[in-house]
Amino acid sequence: MIPLGHYLIVSAILFAVGSAGVFMRRNLITILLSIEVMLNAVNLTFVAFGRHAGVVDGQIIVAFVMTVAAAEAAVGLAIVVALFRHRESLNPDAFTSLKW
Amino acid sequence: MLVVIAQIVIILIAFVMLLNTAAIMVWVERKVCALIQQREGPTRVGPYGLFQPLADVIKLIMKEELRPKSADAILFTLAPIISCVAAFAAFAPVPFGAETTFFGLLDRPVGLQVADINVGMLAVFAISSMGVYGIVLAGWSSNSKYSLLGALRSSAQMISYELSYGTALAGVVLIAGSLSLREVVNGQEGAWLGVLPKWYLFLQPVGFLIFMIAGIAETNRAPFDFPEAEQELVAGYFTEYSSMRFAMFYMAEYINMATVSAMATTLFLGGWHGPFLPPEYGWIWFLIKVGFLMFVYVWIRWTLPRYRYDQLMQFGWKWLLPASVVNLLVTAAGVLYVHG
Amino acid sequence: MGETLLFYAFSGAAIVASAMVIFQRNPMYSVLLLVASFGMISGLYVQLDAPFIAVTQIVVYAGALMVLFLYAVMLLNRPNEDAGDWDAAHPLKEPGMARIGVGLGALLVVQLVYALLRTGRLDEAVGTGGDGGSVRAIGRTMFQDYAFAFEATSVLILVALVGGVYLANREDGR
Repeated sequence: MIPLGHYLIVSAILFAVGSAGVFMRRNLITILLSIEVMLNAVNLTFVAFGRHAGVVDGQIIVAFVMTVAAAEAAVGLAIVVALFRHRESLNPDAFTSLKW
Repeated sequence: MLVVIAQIVIILIAFVMLLNTAAIMVWVERKVCALIQQREGPTRVGPYGLFQPLADVIKLIMKEELRPKSADAILFTLAPIISCVAAFAAFAPVPFGAETTFFGLLDRPVGLQVADINVGMLAVFAISSMGVYGIVLAGWSSNSKYSLLGALRSSAQMISYELSYGTALAGVVLIAGSLSLREVVNGQEGAWLGVLPKWYLFLQPVGFLIFMIAGIAETNRAPFDFPEAEQELVAGYFTEYSSMRFAMFYMAEYINMATVSAMATTLFLGGWHGPFLPPEYGWIWFLIKVGFLMFVYVWIRWTLPRYRYDQLMQFGWKWLLPASVVNLLVTAAGVLYVHG
Repeated sequence: MGETLLFYAFSGAAIVASAMVIFQRNPMYSVLLLVASFGMISGLYVQLDAPFIAVTQIVVYAGALMVLFLYAVMLLNRPNEDAGDWDAAHPLKEPGMARIGVGLGALLVVQLVYALLRTGRLDEAVGTGGDGGSVRAIGRTMFQDYAFAFEATSVLILVALVGGVYLANREDGR
């Protein structure tokens, strides 16, 4: 069997990759994708800890995280599409004015 | 050891059967279409044109592999492969026969099934929902407006009808109390009053209808074949494809039909259970039921005209989804009443 | 043995795919690589004996959410967005900046690993059967102990639905 620590390390690396993506990329869609990577890393930790403790709560929280991720992506992408209509750009630096 | 060999044999049988389904269905489709339109259909190649699929395959292999200059090379190649793999893999958890020892050859019985997963029903649902990537990627990578329109339509259509499809599944899950397809089939053994088979079809008639309608939409068959819609979009998402890549999309379509029919058989029509035959030969019943449902598919295709796209979306969201939710609620109330 | 190999294969592929997601110029490829990464993480869930979450991961993330992203990418039709069209004087454009980003990411890995590895009992194996993976147990707990959270989630989805439609449909005139 795989020890708990291995799962945690994988999850840590995935989370760091996701956060690096948020910092480094200048494309709203890729930034949203990086957030999904981070959410998945957290999910993996939840399931690993839950299975380790022998309770189902970890998996239930993951189900809720998935719902929140779906809601976030739906609203986020709608905002991206609306912004793109105004500025013809996906670069977050293009959206500097509060009003146009 | 023998058990392992038997399982490999079962996997091979399932694979070859699915491959053959595509070939047989090409012939059946053309013959049934001809009958409905009072024509003869293929007659030249072999008796009753039975070798027509073979001729088609040879023709497709000989054809040139075309790729548009501005197409995305990697995704263009990947798309038909994804379609095909998803279609084949989705069949894996479907059981097609009772547990058997192959006439006493094995020391312990094995189920006629590629993989017995305890969340099998959801697994079929999940893997077949991967098929949408093949279509979307084909449409996007071809860099053609017809393909892109077909892909956009199909992704919207498949996501919309997946909801009703999943909700129809949930009704069966409530009654059967299990997500394992083998247990669902075992729950349908026997008959009420010795006559009426204990199929979930009779407990879930609305669910079955919704499942079949959503299944037709999921497999992009007429009257919901918008992704291709040859009158408007040339051939939809595979406009730019030729030769074997085209054939792979074609094969994926027929295999998806087989999977939906097999799922409907398993969930609603009692799987391999049936009268007259001993349980070891239950797979014959399974084949008969799946064959009949696939005939219905072809029958519907050549009988009904295509909807308009907005009608499809209206029907999916305003009628089918509410109907499936009501069906689920009624089922839940019934289950609660019976089991207390 | 086979299990360990599978674990390394799944986790290695997941990490490589995720890293390629963020270093990819074309969002189309990013989305597809992320789907691959989700598939690999789903494999890890199977190893953790959590089949329900594994399948839900595929249905929700790969089957629905990522199709939504693909849809957005196709609709916007600006695949290679951030190649060079942003302000040349932007501080992030400095040559060393990407390396600092990678460095910060590496630092985060070190911190997280350090923090997580202090939780103790790390050598114990996980995913050893029991009732913790069954759909029945999950359903019981979700609809008894977490019933309020479940209902709140449905409100959240409704809000997201209305918000999404409103935001994407804001300009009727165009």
